Amino acid sequence: MAAQVPLFSAHVQVSLRSSVLDPAGEATRAAAARLGVDGIKTLRIGKSIHLEVEAPDRATAQAQIELLSDRLLANPVIEDWNLELAETHGGPQA
Amino acid sequence: MTVGIVVFPGSNCDRDVRWALEGCLQLATRFLWHEERDLGGIDAVVLPGGFSYGDYLRCGAIARFAPVLEAVRDFAHGGGPVLGICNGFQVLTEMGLLPGALTRNQKLHFLCEPAPLVVRPGTCQWLKGYGEGEAINLPIAHGEGRYQCDPDKLQQLEGEGRIVLRYGQNPNGSVGDVAGLTNQAGNVLGLMPHPERACDPATGGTDGLRLLASVLA
Repeated sequence: MAAQVPLFSAHVQVSLRSSVLDPAGEATRAAAARLGVDGIKTLRIGKSIHLEVEAPDRATAQAQIELLSDRLLANPVIEDWNLELAETHGGPQA
Repeated sequence: MTVGIVVFPGSNCDRDVRWALEGCLQLATRFLWHEERDLGGIDAVVLPGGFSYGDYLRCGAIARFAPVLEAVRDFAHGGGPVLGICNGFQVLTEMGLLPGALTRNQKLHFLCEPAPLVVRPGTCQWLKGYGEGEAINLPIAHGEGRYQCDPDKLQQLEGEGRIVLRYGQNPNGSVGDVAGLTNQAGNVLGLMPHPERACDPATGGTDGLRLLASVLA
């Protein structure tokens, strides 16, 4: 039987930089008040991206997703990103 | 003189640009499908407005990887005139030919209206038909046209005279009232307003005509 290629689960969160106005977040915050939920001081909307990636090891998976996050998933001019990576079990057979 | 008009899946101003160039200026055009790599015989390139690749992820983020844009990048670096209108401006920033980014309009509304603009042509090839400080009107039609860059970059762009188009009445919250930017060499122009929609008196003005005609000179 061929060796199993490790499968990693990644979660990338993309958010507008704090210095960049988030008008959609502000509009949602205003709606929260109309619902009667007061006291919301900050509401900012971002993106949540889930990936599964096959890679020989964790460092390779990390490097691949970091490249992807910096070059495609986020635009560093206006956005920050955060990566959480974990190895999952039961990945497909190689 | 042949002007290449890039067509992405989701472009929707490509035919307007063709009409303006062919119908109003008697220029030859060629559509460049996003998978093309050959710009042979092309003298200028226009990236038209629309919603390339559905604007998925961010406006222009996926278009940036289109094969045709590798050729456009080389063309621009070689001094070829490149014009990005609306979504085309967003693509130019995503591919790094122009700095900064275009984000959601401050008041969230999609804006579709005439916009008074002030032109500071400097060395921009596309604007040489306009006077310094000339006031013009071009239509805007965008939901994500709020130009954004950090204050240091904005100061640098101002110092270098690269903010060649500014809104007279800032409609979308752009920093520095930026409506259009050029690169250092002056051959690349990105702007949110639509010059191709202001080329025939029947559509409400001809202030865009000289911009597109500049490729003739």
